Amino acid sequence: MDNVEYVRPGSVSEAVALLAEKPGKARALAGGTDLLVQLKSGRRQIDRVVDVKGIPDLTEIRVSADGSVVIGAAVPCFKVYSHPAIIAGYPGVIDAASIVGGIAIQGRASLGGNLCNGAPSGDTIPSMAAAGAVALIAGPKGNREVPVAEFCTGPGQTVLHPDELLVAIRLPAPRAHTASHYLRFIPRNEMDIAVAGAGAWVALDSNGVVTEARVFLTSVAPTPIGVPDAAKAVIGTRGESAALDAAAAAARAAAKPITDMRGTIAQRVHLSGVMTKRALAGAIARARGEHVPGAHEAHRVRSNAAAH
Amino acid sequence: MVAVDAHSTTKVVVEATINGEPVQFLAEPRQTLLECLRDILSMTGTKEGCSDGNCGACNVVMGGRLVNSCLVLGVEANGQSITTIEGIAPAGGLHPLQTAFLEEAALQCGICTPGFIVSASELLKHNSHPSEDEVRFWLSGNLCRCTGYDKIVRAVMHASDIMRVGHQA
Repeated sequence: MDNVEYVRPGSVSEAVALLAEKPGKARALAGGTDLLVQLKSGRRQIDRVVDVKGIPDLTEIRVSADGSVVIGAAVPCFKVYSHPAIIAGYPGVIDAASIVGGIAIQGRASLGGNLCNGAPSGDTIPSMAAAGAVALIAGPKGNREVPVAEFCTGPGQTVLHPDELLVAIRLPAPRAHTASHYLRFIPRNEMDIAVAGAGAWVALDSNGVVTEARVFLTSVAPTPIGVPDAAKAVIGTRGESAALDAAAAAARAAAKPITDMRGTIAQRVHLSGVMTKRALAGAIARARGEHVPGAHEAHRVRSNAAAH
Repeated sequence: MVAVDAHSTTKVVVEATINGEPVQFLAEPRQTLLECLRDILSMTGTKEGCSDGNCGACNVVMGGRLVNSCLVLGVEANGQSITTIEGIAPAGGLHPLQTAFLEEAALQCGICTPGFIVSASELLKHNSHPSEDEVRFWLSGNLCRCTGYDKIVRAVMHASDIMRVGHQA
C-alpha cells in the first residue's frame, strides 16, 4: 500500500472539510473491508484516509420518537443485527447484514460502507432500498437526503460527491402488517458474494391482501435495481403462486446481468426469478406473523430438523 | 523527492493494550495491524494468509470483536485493547482449544491454526455449547487447505466439552 495520511476527525463538519481539501484523493474509512483491499491492490490511490469512527453521528444507532431508525454509516454489521429495533422492524436488513462476509468481516463492515462501495453485488443495498431507506449526506454546502434506491449510479459509482460524507441511513418507522426478506444464491452456505439476490418489502391489509410492495435485485445489473413490475404483480393478491410466478417473470425481464466467474447470464436471469419469488413469499409470510428464517439461521434450522 | 521521502516516513505513535500489556509503537499509516504486530512488535504468532479478508489466518480480537488484522490499519489500534494468539494460553499452560487441537490432530502445516484458535475462542465466549453447524458457520471466514475442516470442527466441540466440564468442577 502506498503511504497515506491518516486523520480521525471528531465531527461531521471536520470530516467534510478534510475530504473537501483533497477532492478525489481523500476517502472515508469505516470498517475498511473494501477500502483497504482496494488500497493494497492499487485499484484505488488516495493521499488521505479519513477515519470516521470517532464521529458519534456515524457510529450510533438512534431510534427516533416516530419509530424511524437512524443507523450511523460506520456502524458495523454485528451491531446492526444485534439491535432490538432493527430486529423487530426490518427483518430483511437483518437477513442481509447477517450474511456480509464472515464473523470477522461483520465486526468491521458497515451498511454505509456497503452502500458507498457501490458494488453491483452489495447484499445490504437491496434490503435497505426495499425497506424504503434514505441516505443522509453531509457536504460543504449543507445536508441532503437521497433514497438508497437511487444512491448507486454504476459499478463502484454513487451520487456521493468527493467532498460529501454519508452520515447515516434512515429506515422509516415500521408499520403494522409490513415485513421484508432478503436472500441470495451462493454456491456455498456462507462467506460468499451473491450470484444473484433479491430483497422484498410488503404491506398487507387486515385481510392479508398485499397493498404495497417493493422488490430490489442485486448482482444482476451494473447497480442493485428496483423491479416495480414484480411489486405490481403481487399487489391485490395474497401472494398466491400465480402472482409470485408473475413477479418472477417481471424480475427475469428486468435483470440485465453479465457472465463472470460467479455465474452466467442465463443462470442469473433464472435466479432473479427464483430469488424474487422466495423473497416476496418470505416477506408476505413474515407480514402475517410467521417465522421465516434468514439465510444465516436457515442452515442451522434445517440440520436441527434432520437430527430430530 | 525529498518531500516524498519525508512524507513516506511520517510515523504515528500508537498506544494500545495487547494481551493485557500496554504497548507503544511507531507505525506508518499505511501499515496494517497485521504488519505492525509481525514486523514492528515481532509478534509473529498472527499469520498472513490472503491479506484481503478471505482466509482468517490473521484474525485477532480488537475492542471485543473478532477482526481480520490485515484489514485494520495499525494506527486504528490506538487506544484499543487487542488479543492475539500469544494471549490465548494461560501462563505455563494451554487453552482448552489448543489442547483439543493437539488431541484431535486438527492441524497439519499450522499456518491457519492461530486464526482458527482465536476465532474459535471468541465463539466459545459467545456460545459455550455450539452445535456443529454453529461452529462451521462461525468459522466460515477461516480457511484451511490441509485438514478438510472435520478435525478442526471436532476439536472446537471437544474444547467446548472440556471447558464446560472445567466450569462444573
